[in-house]
Amino acid sequence: MDSKTNILIIDDEVQIRKLLEITLNSNDYHTLLASTAREGITMAVVHPPDLIVLDLGLPDEDGQIVLQKLREWYLGAILILSVRSSEEDIVKALDNGANDYLTKPFRTGELLARIRTALRQTQNVTQVQKLEFDNLVIDLTSRTVTLDNEPLKLTATEYSLLTLLAKNDGRVLTHQYILRSIWGPGYTQQSQYLRVFVGQLRKKIEPNPNNPKFILTESGIGYRFCTKIDD
Amino acid sequence: MNIKYFNQNPRNQFVISIFVTIIVSVACYSLSNLIGYRSVALLLMATVSFLAIFFTLYPVLAAATLSALIWDYFFIPPHFTFHVQNSEDVLMLMMYFIIALINGVLTSKVRGMEKLELLKEERQNTIKLYKTLFDSLSHELRTPIATIVGASDNLLHKNSNITETDKSKLVDEISIAAFRLNRLIDNLLNMQRLESGMLKIKPDWCEISELINKPISSLKEELSSHNLQIEIQENFPIINLDFGLIEQALFNLIHNETLYTSANSTIKITANYINDKLIITISDNGKGFSEEELKSLFSKFYRSSAKTTGGTGLGLSIVKGFVEAHGGKVKVENNIPHGAKFTLEIPVEVLKLDDYNEFSSAVLNN
Repeated sequence: MDSKTNILIIDDEVQIRKLLEITLNSNDYHTLLASTAREGITMAVVHPPDLIVLDLGLPDEDGQIVLQKLREWYLGAILILSVRSSEEDIVKALDNGANDYLTKPFRTGELLARIRTALRQTQNVTQVQKLEFDNLVIDLTSRTVTLDNEPLKLTATEYSLLTLLAKNDGRVLTHQYILRSIWGPGYTQQSQYLRVFVGQLRKKIEPNPNNPKFILTESGIGYRFCTKIDD
Repeated sequence: MNIKYFNQNPRNQFVISIFVTIIVSVACYSLSNLIGYRSVALLLMATVSFLAIFFTLYPVLAAATLSALIWDYFFIPPHFTFHVQNSEDVLMLMMYFIIALINGVLTSKVRGMEKLELLKEERQNTIKLYKTLFDSLSHELRTPIATIVGASDNLLHKNSNITETDKSKLVDEISIAAFRLNRLIDNLLNMQRLESGMLKIKPDWCEISELINKPISSLKEELSSHNLQIEIQENFPIINLDFGLIEQALFNLIHNETLYTSANSTIKITANYINDKLIITISDNGKGFSEEELKSLFSKFYRSSAKTTGGTGLGLSIVKGFVEAHGGKVKVENNIPHGAKFTLEIPVEVLKLDDYNEFSSAVLNN
């Protein structure tokens, strides 16, 4: 066994499998290929990969169900890659335990960035004390945030919101998830207020709040803290 | 309107037929001393004929049968029996039923013919629309496909002496062509959602700057040679609308601007909240439109003669469909002194601030 990261691709389209195989192999990942849900689940059981790229439109079973089945025991990262682009499908997949979602057609640069983020989240469980993003630094021990070395005045809620997003750097968090984590289960339907808070937070941390670079909106789904995409 | 409505509810037709027949019978009964029982037959017959104008065969037959029975039972002497003494009345009762029957059958026949005629016309219109669609589609599909085939052929030819810069240009062209195809599919799917009546708006809260900036950032490259001005009213409230649909509408409008106006033109986008309405304008200082064009711009498959790059003519009808799905309006006029100006008016709900204060004090302590 070599030490390369293993990625299992479950997709019924041979062209997509070929494209992913070439892209991932040339970026030093080891790939396993499956063309049906059955084959994919079997391969994942026999040889658990570090990450699974899953298509939702499989011939033998709906991808959402495959996702649920995998999540019963599989703890690694799962990235959904699908032509289904409706917000409902995306939110459903995220609720079912997918780490991230990418719709076809996709940019390979974006795919690689998402894979790196998902791997980092499932592999890195060590506690960090400081989160740094360019000129924005969040010190989790002293609960302070600085922008260009200037301390920022944030309310308790703004700080919770910022750290929640920043700890999940690169990953999309649904409105419901954020509301549940910060305000509690009774407030999951109040997405309008979340927008107000995000708006306020952006005014404090974004150089141009109208064109944010830290807190990105995934319309109809949630928010994603900046991903660094190599083009 | 009424005719269509009743056609869709056969149960209602029965209920209404019986109800109307009974009402008229009761009215006739109270007047029977004045008008005589034979005139009652004519009145009831008129009622059945009237129902036949609106309803289908079976409810009319039900009305005819019921009214015949009522006439026999309540009006023909001896009263309150189905027995008929007079042979003239027996004949009249039979004639009554036959005429009512013919009435029902005839109208349903006419109705059927009308329907057939309408279907035929609809089918012809559909064929015409599909022909236009397929003509423009095959052109729109083949152009990027031709680019992809040609560019990849060039790249596959190992012995050809293409420079590295040309190679990367060809790859760029393949990429642009692929995204153009993808956009076309998006538009086709959107059109299909509108046409099938399956479109349901899913309003959610959003910030105006996000709504305006999202399509602009997707069109960054196309807009790079244009001057862009954005004016958003200050202290804009949080609004409630279907972000995806309005974003697509703005995308189509701004994308059109990049196609129709020449480089260095100015595109101006404004957003205001006036009288419970979100008002977005997109204007340019290009050539504008002729009177003829202003009229037909939003109809399906219409393509401006000024356009150089083809198109399916779906873009603006999608804009119209999505805005109207919100109960809004979209209009186009010529800009002063020159150019074109599109205005979207969408009634929207806004976030009330007192609700928000309550929410901010409800934060968990963590």
